Amino acid sequence: MESIGVLMPRPTFPYLEEQIDKRFKLFRLWDNFSYDNNAIASSIRAVVVNSVDGADADLIRKFPNLELVSCYGVGVDKIDTNKCAEKRIRVTNTPDVLTDEAADLTIGLILALLRRLCACDQFVKSGNWKRGDFNLTTKFSGKTVGIVGLGRIGKAVAKRAEAFDCKICYHSRTAKPEAKYRYYPSVVELASNCDILVVACSLTKETKHIINGAVMNALGAKGVLINVGRGKHVDETELVRALVEGRLGGAALDVFEDEPNVPQQLFGLQNVVLTPHIGSATVETRTAMADIVIANLEAYFLAKPLLTPFL
Amino acid sequence: MESIGVLLLCPVFSYLDQELDKRFKLYRYWNYPQSVQFLKEHANSIRAVVGNSNYGTDAALIDALPKLEIVSSNSVGVDKIDLNKCREKGIRVTNTPDVLTDEVADLTIGLILAVLRRLCECDRYVRSGKWKKGDYKLTTKFSGKTVGIIGLGRIGTAVAKRAEAFNCKISYYSRTEKPESNYKYHPSVVELASNCNILVVACPLTEETHHIINREVLNALGPKGILINIGRGKHVDEPELVSALLEGRVGGAGLDVFEDEPNVPEELFGLENVVLLPHVGSATVETRTAMADLVLGNLEAHFQGKPLLTPLV
Repeated sequence: MESIGVLMPRPTFPYLEEQIDKRFKLFRLWDNFSYDNNAIASSIRAVVVNSVDGADADLIRKFPNLELVSCYGVGVDKIDTNKCAEKRIRVTNTPDVLTDEAADLTIGLILALLRRLCACDQFVKSGNWKRGDFNLTTKFSGKTVGIVGLGRIGKAVAKRAEAFDCKICYHSRTAKPEAKYRYYPSVVELASNCDILVVACSLTKETKHIINGAVMNALGAKGVLINVGRGKHVDETELVRALVEGRLGGAALDVFEDEPNVPQQLFGLQNVVLTPHIGSATVETRTAMADIVIANLEAYFLAKPLLTPFL
Repeated sequence: MESIGVLLLCPVFSYLDQELDKRFKLYRYWNYPQSVQFLKEHANSIRAVVGNSNYGTDAALIDALPKLEIVSSNSVGVDKIDLNKCREKGIRVTNTPDVLTDEVADLTIGLILAVLRRLCECDRYVRSGKWKKGDYKLTTKFSGKTVGIIGLGRIGTAVAKRAEAFNCKISYYSRTEKPESNYKYHPSVVELASNCNILVVACPLTEETHHIINREVLNALGPKGILINIGRGKHVDEPELVSALLEGRVGGAGLDVFEDEPNVPEELFGLENVVLLPHVGSATVETRTAMADLVLGNLEAHFQGKPLLTPLV
């Protein structure tokens, strides 16, 4: 398989790069890669993409022998799946292995936000505790958590939140009666009836800006938004306004519309927690994700069934 | 009851201060820098003391208040109250158990996640603009790790319940084994530390548990282990902890309490594997209100000759 060209768009996890390099002919887009070299372009039969670098129609066009797009991540919003379907290009992603990780981060963000953990840590490390106590914050246990998208990650978040005696409610495209949580047919209704709104659905045309001004107003001055989905789930400009004007109680965000750019107006707010898209970013989980990418690549080129086919 | 003197040892939640002021003759101790003079003048009218985790009632204060009948602590920990002296003199003591259990357990999980996933470091990373230059490094997973709890009381049990939802294995150490819990018991703290990834201190502070986290325990916990202290600062040999962290013998720490609050060893300030909180275990509006109601409820019950709500002595 060492002659099979596999393209990586950016350096990610050294382990993943090493493993691909060992088994295939690895092309690094960041390392003097030239699209003009037809021999190279023709040899590329697989691309390993991620949440930032996808495979749009333009990229797909550049590689006439592209057969497989293997996403190092679970969200495939940056892959032109219609184009892939049209050209019979297979697509794989990394579901399940990062579910717990993203759910853990969600709870961490909720606690960091409600209990002002980052501000408190800063308070101590700057010597301010000597001048007086930090102000009182607000309790997590017992609050109502509203989840947009009750998929793998949404369910894992619910399971954890239940251990904090939280009530769980949700919105998704269809009600899931087997989940014993309360269903709301619209995001605005969900937002009106919960304290903590968690975005955990996939990004599609329908869910772009699913968190808009109306939802933020419904969530209100005592409500908080937690985004572990995609930046484009949220109307970011509206979010900044709502936070600055106090119409929304707070937000903890792991994703942004234009990463790694983050609206600077958020930097001075104490009721905001910002993390640099680390939802799956632990050694354990990125290793597991890398193993799935490799296994899918190998399976494909050995004509075996894909492990986690999306398309 | 407005003539009953109540000595408030420290500033508290405004709600509690206002309610105490409404119902009793309230003396705010910190307003009297000449405490000896103050006690001479007012000691005979003081029948109750309200303190908290940092401001206790020791033998000296008890001796200075001959009419003292009840000490009502705005905390669950009573390590700063001389319980023996109170017993000796028939002084009642109340604290605030249960109402703060969830709060402290929540904070414990928050600390674990903040340390393991470097949440505060990441938040700083974004705000300082560093994300534009590159991603933050990989951290380590919480789900599935082994959590070792020292003290399987109300708070320890609540921590275990939450950690189980993250598929953590739970093990514990306490004075006696608790067979009704399904968790693995270790007969010593060193053994517990050797066999867990995250060591949580959740027992009361007594003579026996002073410095229960010592050098040997820290070495057993090891460079991949982390310590979470939501008990009392004196549970941990603080200088030992500092050197263990600086030398990499322990993987990290999340601390809400310190030996000499609000003083915190400055060597810890620059460590990215350490999260430091200003004793906020129970510090939410909801919980401090519930605690205040217990303090007030206990005081009223006592002075109305009714049974105390949450007596310790």
